[in-house]
Amino acid sequence: MADSSITRVDVLAKALGKAKYTDDLKFDNMLYLKVVRCPHPHARVIGINKEKALAIEGVVAVLTATDIPGLPCQPKERPILVPEIARYAGDGVALVVAESPKAALEGAEAVRVEYELLEAVFDPEEALKTGAPLVHGDNNVAAQSKVCKGDVEAGFKEADLILEREYNTHRVEHAPIEPEVAIAVPTFEGITVYCPTNSPFQVRQIVAETMAMPQSQIRLFQPTIGGSFGSKCYDAGVLASRAALAAKLTGRPCKIVYTREESIVESTKRHPYKMKYKVGVKKNGKLTAMEVKIIGDSGAYKSKTPFVISRSSIEATGPYVVPNVHTEAICVYTNNVTSCAMRGFGSPQVAYASELLMDELAEKLGIDPLKFRRINGLKDNSLSATGQVMQNVTLDECLDKLEQEIKWSSRKAELKQQDKTGSIVKGLGLACMYRGESFGSAGQGSDYAGATLQVQRDGSITLYSAMSEVGQGGHTMLVRVVSEVLGIKPSRIFVSPVDTCYVPDSGPTVATRGTYVIGNAIRLAAEEVKAKFAEVAAEELGVRPEELVFKDERIYCPGDPSKSISFSRIAAQCYLKSKSPYGYGWWSPPVGSWDREKGQGEAYSSYVYGACAAEVELDLDLGKVEVMKFVAVHDVGKALDKEEVKGQIAGGVSMGIGYALMEDLVVRQGVVKTVNFDEYLLPTSLDIHEIIPVIVEQPSSYGPLGAKGLGEPVMSAVAPAILNAIADALGTRVYDLPANLEAVLDKARAAKGRCCND
Amino acid sequence: MDKVKVNMFVNGKPVSLEVKPYARLLDVLREDLGLTGTKEGCGVGECGACTVIVDGETVNTCLTLAASMDGKHITTIEGLMENEKLHPIQEAFIKHNALQCGFCTPGLIMSAKALLDSNPNPSTEQIKVAISGNLCRCTGYEQVVDAIKEVAEKSK
Ligand code: FES
Ligand code: FES
Repeated sequence: MADSSITRVDVLAKALGKAKYTDDLKFDNMLYLKVVRCPHPHARVIGINKEKALAIEGVVAVLTATDIPGLPCQPKERPILVPEIARYAGDGVALVVAESPKAALEGAEAVRVEYELLEAVFDPEEALKTGAPLVHGDNNVAAQSKVCKGDVEAGFKEADLILEREYNTHRVEHAPIEPEVAIAVPTFEGITVYCPTNSPFQVRQIVAETMAMPQSQIRLFQPTIGGSFGSKCYDAGVLASRAALAAKLTGRPCKIVYTREESIVESTKRHPYKMKYKVGVKKNGKLTAMEVKIIGDSGAYKSKTPFVISRSSIEATGPYVVPNVHTEAICVYTNNVTSCAMRGFGSPQVAYASELLMDELAEKLGIDPLKFRRINGLKDNSLSATGQVMQNVTLDECLDKLEQEIKWSSRKAELKQQDKTGSIVKGLGLACMYRGESFGSAGQGSDYAGATLQVQRDGSITLYSAMSEVGQGGHTMLVRVVSEVLGIKPSRIFVSPVDTCYVPDSGPTVATRGTYVIGNAIRLAAEEVKAKFAEVAAEELGVRPEELVFKDERIYCPGDPSKSISFSRIAAQCYLKSKSPYGYGWWSPPVGSWDREKGQGEAYSSYVYGACAAEVELDLDLGKVEVMKFVAVHDVGKALDKEEVKGQIAGGVSMGIGYALMEDLVVRQGVVKTVNFDEYLLPTSLDIHEIIPVIVEQPSSYGPLGAKGLGEPVMSAVAPAILNAIADALGTRVYDLPANLEAVLDKARAAKGRCCND
Repeated sequence: MDKVKVNMFVNGKPVSLEVKPYARLLDVLREDLGLTGTKEGCGVGECGACTVIVDGETVNTCLTLAASMDGKHITTIEGLMENEKLHPIQEAFIKHNALQCGFCTPGLIMSAKALLDSNPNPSTEQIKVAISGNLCRCTGYEQVVDAIKEVAEKSK
C-alpha cells in the first residue's frame, strides 16, 4: 500500500538526542589519537624524532609509516601515513597514541619531524608545463576524458554568432556538521571499526589493505552518520585505517576524532575548474557547435578524480542538442589539498558554465532565455553530446512548471520596469540541469548492489543492506519499497544497521545510485519473498500462487474474498513447514556501449532533469546578494515521500546558495587559510528566504517503483540560476565563482561607472 | 592540577562534580555525565551543535567552562521529554522533516526551545534570528522554521 505519510525510520532517535554517532561511543580502556601533519605542501621526510613525545605522561606510542604492516597507500592515493614524500600541507606523517585527548595533542606537538623541502606546484596549468615539479610519476596528469561528436569546425562555419567565454569555479568544503571520526576495537578474530562512511565496503577494503588482513576479518560498523555529501569515503578510509593500526599495535580500542580545523586542513574538497567554452549558434537560436576545454585541480592525490572528470565531459554541453561537440577535460595533480567527489560531483561545475553561456547567448540573440532553452533542450529521441538517443526526457515539463510557478514572462516584465536608481536592484534568472544516475558506462565500471530480507517467525522483517543513511532518508526509501511490494505496513520492517559482517555489499551511497541501484536490489529481494510466500499461501488456500494479491497485510484471492490469509500467518507457516522466509536481491544497472576514445555511447541508462529560477535582490553599495525566492523544479520519477523530496531540494538549494555566494576554501601556496566556520562561511537561516520545490513525476523505467535519485541533482542548477539573476539585475556578468561581496561590488561599481560616464 | 567543585542542576537533577578548571561544559556533559545528545561541530562557537540552555539562555558549551556553572540550571536535549512524551518541538521537527542527518538537531531544538520559552509567539524573522547560530548543512532551514512556527501557533 502506498503509505506516503510514514515517519522516517531514523528520525525519532535523532530528535531525542539518543541516536549514537561514532563520537558518542565509549569503550573501556580506550586510547586517543592525534595526527602529526606536514605543514609544507611538498616535502621529503628525513627523520622523525619521537623522544620528546614519548616522554610526555600518557603518551603510549608514536606510529609512523614503518609501523604499517600492509600498504601505506594504493599508488597515487593518499597514504595512511606518509612513507617518504608529503604532497600537501596536511598529509599525515605520524600518529600519537595516548591515554587522553589532551596527552595525544601534547604528544603531537612534541614530535619533531625533519623535512627536506621540495619544489611545489599549485596552479594546474603550470603543473602541465614541462619542467614543472612532479607530484606523482613522470607527469602531473591525474585523469582525462573526451567527448567528440560531429565536426566542430564545420559547425562553427554554419553559425551566425560565435561566443567564447571562460568560467572558473572554486574549491569548496563538504562540511557535514559531524567532523571525521573513527574508533577501532581489536578483537580476537580481527578488528572492528566504527566509522561514519558512505562507502562501508570500500573503507573496509582500505583498512584490510593497510593491515594486510583478509577483508572478512575487518568488521566495519556504521553508527549514525552526521552527514556526508560525498566526503566520508576515502577520507573515512584513512581515519579508519589509522585507528585500526593503533588498535592492532596497542591491543586497545582507539578513537580518532578531528577538530573542525583538522577536518578542513586534511579532508578532500570539490574540484576547482577552469572551463573555456566556444559555442556557435544560428540567428534562430539553434546551437551548431560547442568546443569545451576543462582543466581541473585534482590536488595531491587521485581519489575520485577520474569519475568526476568523465562525468563533467559527458555533461559539459548541458541538457541541449548540440550537433557538433568537442570536449576535452583534464585533471591535474598539484600540491594543493586533494579534490574528491562532492554532492553532484562533476555536474555542478559544468552546469554552471553551460547555463551562464546559454543565458548570454539568448541575450545576444535577443531571445527570451527560457524560450532559448526550449529551442535547444533535449527531447525524446534527441541525440545527446555522446550520441545517445535520449528517452523519457522531461526537460520541457520542468520548464513548463517553472514558467507557471514563477510566472516567468510577467515577472520578467515587472522587473524590467523596476526603478534602478536606488541601491537595491532585483533580477530574475534561470538554469536547467540534467544528470546521469549511478556510475554509468563511462564511469566507475562495475556497479551493483545486494540486499537481503528476512521475515521473522512473527511476521516482522529485518532488512539488510549497505545503504548508508547519511540523512537523505535512504533507509526509509528501502522500507517503502518493501512495504509496497509485500502490501504490508512499514512499521513491520526493521532496518539493520550497516555491519559488514552481516549485510550484503550494496556498493557506496554516492553518484545518485542509492534509490536507483540499492532500491532495485531490495525490490528484487521483496519479490523473492513474495513468490515464496505466495507458494505457501496458495497451498493453504487451495488456489494457484498467480491468483494471489498481497495487500493490506493480507494475501488473498481477489476473485474469492473468503480465500484470504494474513501475512503474519504465512510467515509462521514458513517456519513450521521448513520453507525459506528469506529474500535476496542483486541488481546492477544496464551497461550501454561506450567508446572511450571518442566519448561516444550510452553514457548512463537513466537521467534526471530539472529547471530552476532565482529571484535576487542585490545591494549595490555592499555587493550583497539575497536570494529572495528560489523555485526548483525536479523530475523525481515518483515521489516516494513529498516532504522528504522537499527536504532534499531545500537542502540542496541551500548548499547551492553557499556555493554561489559565500563559501570559498582559500588556499595560498598550498596552505588552507579558512580553517573553521568563522572564516569558511556556510549559509545560515538568515541567508535562506523562500524556496519553492516543484515535483515532476515521470516514472523511471528502471528505478524501483519508478523513483529516481534526487540528493545530488538538486545542487547543480542553483549557482547558475543565481548568477544569471545577478546578471539580470546588474546588466553585467560575474563569470567566476563565488559571487561574493567583493566580486559583485566590483561589477556593480564598473557598471555604475559605465552608466555615469555615458 | 587542582580540580574545582561545581554544584549545578542538569535537566532538573542536582549534580555535584569535580572538574578541571579548563574543562569545557561540552566535555563534562558528554564524557562525565554521558549526555551525548549535545554535539561538537566546530569547537569555536560558530555551529551551534553544542547548544544547551543555561538559566533560560542558550549557551555554546564548547566555549563555556564547566567550572563557571556553579548554581546554574542546565537543560540539554535529554531533558526535553516529559513523562515519556516527546516535547512539542521534537514532535514538530519530525512532522516537518526538519532533520536529516540529525547532527545539528539537538542544538537547533534547544535554540527553538529557548526562543519559545521567552517569546511564545515569535515572527518568522525572530525565529530565523534565534536559529541563525545553528548551522545545518542538510535541511536548508525552511522546514525547521515551519516546525517552530507550528509549535508557536499551537500554543496560542
Ligand atoms: S561546537 Fe560549539 S558552536 Fe560549534
Ligand atoms: S540535519 Fe544534518 S546538519 Fe542539520
